[in-house]
Amino acid sequence: MNNNSLWSDALYRLSRNRAAMFGGFILILLIICAVLAPWIAPYSYSYQDLNLGASPPSSEHLLGTDVLGRDLLSRILYGARISLLVGFVATGVALIIGVSWGIVAGYVGGGVDSIMMRIVDVLYGLPFIIFIILLMVIFGRNLWLLFGAIGAVEWLTMARIVRGQVIGLKNQEFVMAAKAMGVSNLSMFRRHLLPNILGPIAVYATLTIPQVMLLEGFLSFLGLGIQPPMSSWGTLIKDGVESMEEFSWLLIYPGITFTITLFALNFFGDGLRDALDPKTSDD
Amino acid sequence: MIAIFIRRIFVAIPVLLAVASITFFLIKIAPGGPFDADKAVSPQVLKNLNEAYNLDASNWEQYLDYMSGLLQGDLGPSFRFPGRSVTEMIATGLPVTFELAFYAIIIALLIGIFSGVLAALKRNTFLDFIPMAIAMIGICVPTFLMGPLLVLIFGINLEILPVSGWGQLPGDKILPSITLGFAYAAYIARLSRGGMLEVLNQDFIRTARAKGLTERMVVVKHAMQGGLIPVVSFLGPAIAGLLAGSFVVETIFQIPGLGRFYVEAAFNRDYTMILGTTIFFSAMIVFFNLMSDIAALWLNPRSRDS
Repeated sequence: MNNNSLWSDALYRLSRNRAAMFGGFILILLIICAVLAPWIAPYSYSYQDLNLGASPPSSEHLLGTDVLGRDLLSRILYGARISLLVGFVATGVALIIGVSWGIVAGYVGGGVDSIMMRIVDVLYGLPFIIFIILLMVIFGRNLWLLFGAIGAVEWLTMARIVRGQVIGLKNQEFVMAAKAMGVSNLSMFRRHLLPNILGPIAVYATLTIPQVMLLEGFLSFLGLGIQPPMSSWGTLIKDGVESMEEFSWLLIYPGITFTITLFALNFFGDGLRDALDPKTSDD
Repeated sequence: MIAIFIRRIFVAIPVLLAVASITFFLIKIAPGGPFDADKAVSPQVLKNLNEAYNLDASNWEQYLDYMSGLLQGDLGPSFRFPGRSVTEMIATGLPVTFELAFYAIIIALLIGIFSGVLAALKRNTFLDFIPMAIAMIGICVPTFLMGPLLVLIFGINLEILPVSGWGQLPGDKILPSITLGFAYAAYIARLSRGGMLEVLNQDFIRTARAKGLTERMVVVKHAMQGGLIPVVSFLGPAIAGLLAGSFVVETIFQIPGLGRFYVEAAFNRDYTMILGTTIFFSAMIVFFNLMSDIAALWLNPRSRDS
């Protein structure tokens, strides 16, 4: 199989794409910061210096403090944990549902396929943000519910992409040969189909993470996402907006962090797509 | 064409009924009644309230009652605002939200199509890179950050535009419309650039040029019709996004529209209002998706006849 050469080709193309490499570099840096937050953050995220109140950036508090005297840099670092966690976990949920759905629909085909894809079509046309808000209102603002709800919304496109790929693979000789040899359905998925659709899945997953993070930020901004004392970048921006007239740094620094992260993810995702599938580079 | 239209409507009606039913029962299993909020009421008052809002009937009876009301356009009374019906509140908020969404989409289309087509025509030049870099910013800076930043710059520091309100001060509609429209301008710019690039390489464009049409005619009459189909297909789903954007923009700028009513209802646990607006939003989105699909089909000559 030329599987290896596809990936090494892609890796080569990716390494030539400066924007994508830069995005990837920023992402790795952010992930390291998020994981190491308890050790590298100068203060605890909940430590309050009430005498200080909101203070502009200084040598002691590099990015200043918020109205309760909490160090903004530490809160951004801890916020990275939540924001990135939501991004990755919810994307993972979307991935699992979408890939299974797409593989089954594409591989089984026929009536099952058309029913499954019709369901996807119908769900596509519904205002899902409203359902997430509804779920958060009804069941309380639980972090895991948030992961599940966002993941349950974002799987639709993944299912479509995977189904298309599987239909393309289904009639190729190696799949037919495997079938003729009596390979079970499960190992057909695992050994033959999944490895061949990893490329598009990886691309779409990278591009889903920023969508998910935006959605979390949106919910937290409305006050329907992460609850205090936990904070995500969305809640930091919300807090920043409330006091931006006097203390503009409280809005600007979390905003810059969030935007840079989204940039990095988008550049990396675009680069990955160009690297794995040069044909579709114009979008 | 008409057959597709009719078939889609026949699919849409049961979908909307299912949405209404699921939402209704989701809200029924929500913990806490609508009246056990702030101050405790005496059992007798609670009983009367439940009777007045028909909450003492069985769930099934309430459901049938609600659905028959729904079919007549009656979404029931609001739990939080006594004496006001949900239909009435939607009717007050809707024109405001529509106006906001309308300005936003006009801004998005004008800026997006212009810069996207320009970028495609001047591919790999300055006029391609700069608009596309700005579009990337528009996609990466979320509405809930863009809005406050615009307020900070134009409202608070430069003091040239009002920071909130809708139709009370001159110019107070400008910032909300730009905030909501900017992200869509970015998407539309990218889509129209991609669509135009695809069309510009095709044979019929070469033919049009070969027969001596001016470049303007080639672009406007021939290329744009096909090149902008992705934009048209995008507009339907964009309505759903505009709605979500209106939640944020109306909250930031304190605009009395449907989006803000919905967010407030979510906070107040005004269940009938949540239920009513959810059904209404779903119906609207299904409708706009249908419209944009039909428009995209009609623009594409290959699918027009089938």
